[in-house]
Amino acid sequence: MFDYTFLWPLVWAEWPQLLAGARVTLEITILSMAVATVAAFPLALARRAGKGLSCQAATIWVEAARNTPCLVQIYMVYFGLGALGLHIGSYFAVLGAITFNNTGYLAEMFRGGLNAVAPQQFNAGRSLGLTAFQTYKNIIFPQVFRIVYFPFVNQITWAMLNSSLGMIIGLRELTGATQMAQSVSFRTFEFFVVAAGLYYAIAKSVQILARVVAWRAFRRA
Amino acid sequence: MIEIHNVHKAFGSLKVIRGVDLEIKKGEVLCLIGASGSGKSTLLQCVNGLEPIQQGEIQVDGISVHAKDTNLNKLRQKLGIVFQQYNAFPHLTALENVALAPRVVKRISKAEARALASKHLKHVGLGDKEDVFPSRLSGGQQQRLAIARALAMEPSYMLFDEVTSALDPELVGEVLDTLRMLKSEGMTMVVVTHDIVFARETGDRIAFFKDGRICEVGEAWQVVNAPREEHTRQFLKRVLA
Repeated sequence: MFDYTFLWPLVWAEWPQLLAGARVTLEITILSMAVATVAAFPLALARRAGKGLSCQAATIWVEAARNTPCLVQIYMVYFGLGALGLHIGSYFAVLGAITFNNTGYLAEMFRGGLNAVAPQQFNAGRSLGLTAFQTYKNIIFPQVFRIVYFPFVNQITWAMLNSSLGMIIGLRELTGATQMAQSVSFRTFEFFVVAAGLYYAIAKSVQILARVVAWRAFRRA
Repeated sequence: MIEIHNVHKAFGSLKVIRGVDLEIKKGEVLCLIGASGSGKSTLLQCVNGLEPIQQGEIQVDGISVHAKDTNLNKLRQKLGIVFQQYNAFPHLTALENVALAPRVVKRISKAEARALASKHLKHVGLGDKEDVFPSRLSGGQQQRLAIARALAMEPSYMLFDEVTSALDPELVGEVLDTLRMLKSEGMTMVVVTHDIVFARETGDRIAFFKDGRICEVGEAWQVVNAPREEHTRQFLKRVLA
């Protein structure tokens, strides 16, 4: 019944290619999260304002990013913008689309975090003579940070896994590189077992690192 | 001195304060009593500029609170305020709660701020709780922490906004004791309270609020024992019954 013979040496021969793919995956993950974190803050604040043009624009962004498939978003950036005459390479198309996607999720995460801090905390800070900025810096944001920390780590994992969609538009991230490498021998099973192991290893490393950081940063509270 | 002249305050169409005049002299303890929603707490929030007013003026040591060119952050250092909800900063230890504002606002060194905070924690009886987080403190302890936090800015006035209303009955005493201690040290205080007995015993004067106005103001014992206004009499009868 099971007469499949695993041929692992074929995979190890392509190991450097897989590692190169993993490197692209990591790059996309880190860059997209970094840009999205910066972009999500003004979006969250605009949505909190509850009215005005910037709030509407932020709402459209959040709705589009969270309620359409990431693959469709990648197509929109790669083929959609391409049709409009704006040609972007597959690397930056994937980076742009995943950043767009992350920003939508992070904006809502930050908004929820800000809402979760008791509003009286702001007055408590201001009444001690702190400026609005000092109150946010010393009292509000440290609390928001704790609230959004683990959802944020989830989003890192999610961004990394989503980047595998880059294969569809020819990006050689980990999945794309694996797809390329197996096309010579068609040992699809072996190659993707190894790719899955690499994804798992990266995701687990991120999560373990996050736990260590959290333990050091939050163990006091 | 805190001078309140003809202050009007509305939240949208809801008029909460409708023309209040009041003076609080240095060293005095003034208690504000009255039914919920009569405007007492809102007045306190106006005094330290947390709430804008629509008409009138509030002056603290001659500085107009709501004037455009007033530096509220500087003015608030004179005005400690403690709220009904203790509003401890949950991510900081008791010591850090108290040390934060002196360090950030007055820019004193970390070591000085910690020494100052330690002194004020001891003062309110929390000397053994320096490294404890607010979640591990009782309501009464959190409220005393809030008092220490306000005192650490060395204010000229302390405003208390129903500081015992959220506490379990058995914890009220320790907070009121702290207020009595402050009075004995000569602190100028404005105390919004539902505790008439406390107001009579600790207050120098009492102002009775009704529907956004001051219905009666006078010596504490007089307002409680021999009210001049019928409304005051009815209110006292209800709450003391």
